[in-house]
Amino acid sequence: MSTSGPTPPGTPQVRSLNCPHCGAALTLRSFGNAANVVCESCHSILDAQDPLLKILQTFKAKATESPLIPLGSRGKIRGTLYEVIGFDIRMIEVEGMPYTWGEYVLFNPYKGFRYLTEYNGHWNDTSILRSLPDLSAGGSSLTYLGETYKHFQSAEAKTTCVLGEFPWQVRVGESASVSDYVSPPRVISRERNQKEVTWSMGEYMTGADIWKAFGLPGSAPSPIGVYENQPSPVSRNMNTIWMAFAVLAIVLVGMLLAFSMFARNEHVFDNNYALDTNVRGESSFVTEVFEIKGHTSAVEVTTSSDVDNNWIYLNYALINQDTGQAFDFGREISYYHGYDDGYWSEGSRSDSVTIPTVPPGNYYLRVEPEADPGRGTLSYSIALKRDVPQFSFFAIALLLLAVPAGLITWRSISFERQRWSESDYPPASVSDYVGSSDSSDD
Amino acid sequence: MTQPAANCPNCGAKIVFRWSASVQTVCEYCKSILVRTDIDLKKVGQVADLPLHSSPVQIGTEGVYGRESFVAIGRIIYEYDQGTWNEWHLMTNNGVSAWLSDAQDEYAVTFAAPGRKVPAEGQFQVGQNYVWDNESYTVTTITKAHYRGVEGELPFEYWGKDDVIFVDLMTENGKFATLDYGDEAPVLYLGVAVAFDDLHLKNLRSFEGWS
Repeated sequence: MSTSGPTPPGTPQVRSLNCPHCGAALTLRSFGNAANVVCESCHSILDAQDPLLKILQTFKAKATESPLIPLGSRGKIRGTLYEVIGFDIRMIEVEGMPYTWGEYVLFNPYKGFRYLTEYNGHWNDTSILRSLPDLSAGGSSLTYLGETYKHFQSAEAKTTCVLGEFPWQVRVGESASVSDYVSPPRVISRERNQKEVTWSMGEYMTGADIWKAFGLPGSAPSPIGVYENQPSPVSRNMNTIWMAFAVLAIVLVGMLLAFSMFARNEHVFDNNYALDTNVRGESSFVTEVFEIKGHTSAVEVTTSSDVDNNWIYLNYALINQDTGQAFDFGREISYYHGYDDGYWSEGSRSDSVTIPTVPPGNYYLRVEPEADPGRGTLSYSIALKRDVPQFSFFAIALLLLAVPAGLITWRSISFERQRWSESDYPPASVSDYVGSSDSSDD
Repeated sequence: MTQPAANCPNCGAKIVFRWSASVQTVCEYCKSILVRTDIDLKKVGQVADLPLHSSPVQIGTEGVYGRESFVAIGRIIYEYDQGTWNEWHLMTNNGVSAWLSDAQDEYAVTFAAPGRKVPAEGQFQVGQNYVWDNESYTVTTITKAHYRGVEGELPFEYWGKDDVIFVDLMTENGKFATLDYGDEAPVLYLGVAVAFDDLHLKNLRSFEGWS
């Protein structure tokens, strides 16, 4: 018997008996509390209340069906020392597929019984509820201590293996209807038979916690998949990150408002020009020098033209006379309209572009207009304003901020999808969703 | 509070009633069940040795319920098809009789609640609801049980061997009720399901290997 728990205060006291079926030594660990004790050698289920240990049932156990925490192990769960006194395996069938999980009976002579359940490396610390949950009319949810639990699954659970001591009558082969309601990291389960309804609450634990509590050798088996009440690793982050996003977005919008309010929108240049398209040859020119004052700011260049089913292209260079720094850009203005199945129009007669950071200084524009030849004279105007509010910068910042929040939200949604895909309410297109999740994770 | 004293008519040992309203006690030495006829005692039977003791409570265990302290002065062990449970007879510090049930270390404190309308035997099933004192109780367990043993002082005289029906009920806020169909008129007990730590029990039994 192992008593390798981290803090075993004293040696467990056991009552020693012999199995009336095979003669193997039996230990009774829960004093008079056990209803049944199962012989670990021959798997006879014995009446623990009968001093002669009447045999109630015998069953064959598979060699693989042994508890991960040996019977007799002691460990501290939430500050109380417990001893593992019993173990059973239960099975449900979903669409013809058997799913099995293990249940460990934990005992403390003062605090009573507590249970650990294990499925695919996922653990739950379970105890019996002292008050009844408030079940919703349709049974799709319940409320307990102000918290809402969603129905996850209902099934007939069949006991397939029992070992050690039990405070209730156990038989291999008997079944009970079990319904689970989840609110991660908790699950409330209802077990019902003819004479009794038992409500219990489980709280998710990791295998590592269990291994530590019972001082088990090696490391716990890794959990497989997502369990019904497994806390989402991202859901808590999700709220935090969206909060952060909201705060930063508010700051950004505030900054944007302040910038718009304080932006001077100062005209620095205005002029009208004409391009004679009938004249071939070099049409480029430079404007007179104008001063861009103040601090480095965004400069907006607005080009307007009276194009009519026509286009004009302007190749610009904004050149600093003192430093020679040049900002090159090209703008096209085209406007087409007509009647087909009604009036239509395309394009616009005016265009604006913002050059984000222009230092103060004396500037001139080099303009190189182009148009289809032989279209008469196209007039156009050029206007420059300095210190204009810049919206695109804020939009990009907002977008960048939203990326991590979006990613975490997306991961959380796919985690929940994975959880609920094992329930009675699988999401509509899990496989599609999971498939696309893999591709965009790359 | 008077503490009437007498001697066991079977073995002569001294019998002290800790609670003046006790009508029955068990001689600590010879296990005779004694009934008070006022202070003269009559032996009505003998208890076999108690079954393997599992409750951490014992005669003399003190605790707190709400604002009242209590002491365990007697107990009944009931046996049913799942084993046994204990009903500890409590005397509160203002002399009221109460019960602490310890069913495999699940604890509840209840008080007899006469004068309420209760369903007749056989009229209930698991999941049914009853309202007492503006609380809605739901039947959670129906148990057939009989006396397995008695110890200490009890507020009634009864020593039947037949199975009796017990109905346990719970509410959504931790209230607990038991219907006892042992008598001709069913007796309702109302109380609360309690956590071990909330009872602040002292003078508990010690278990070897556990501290």
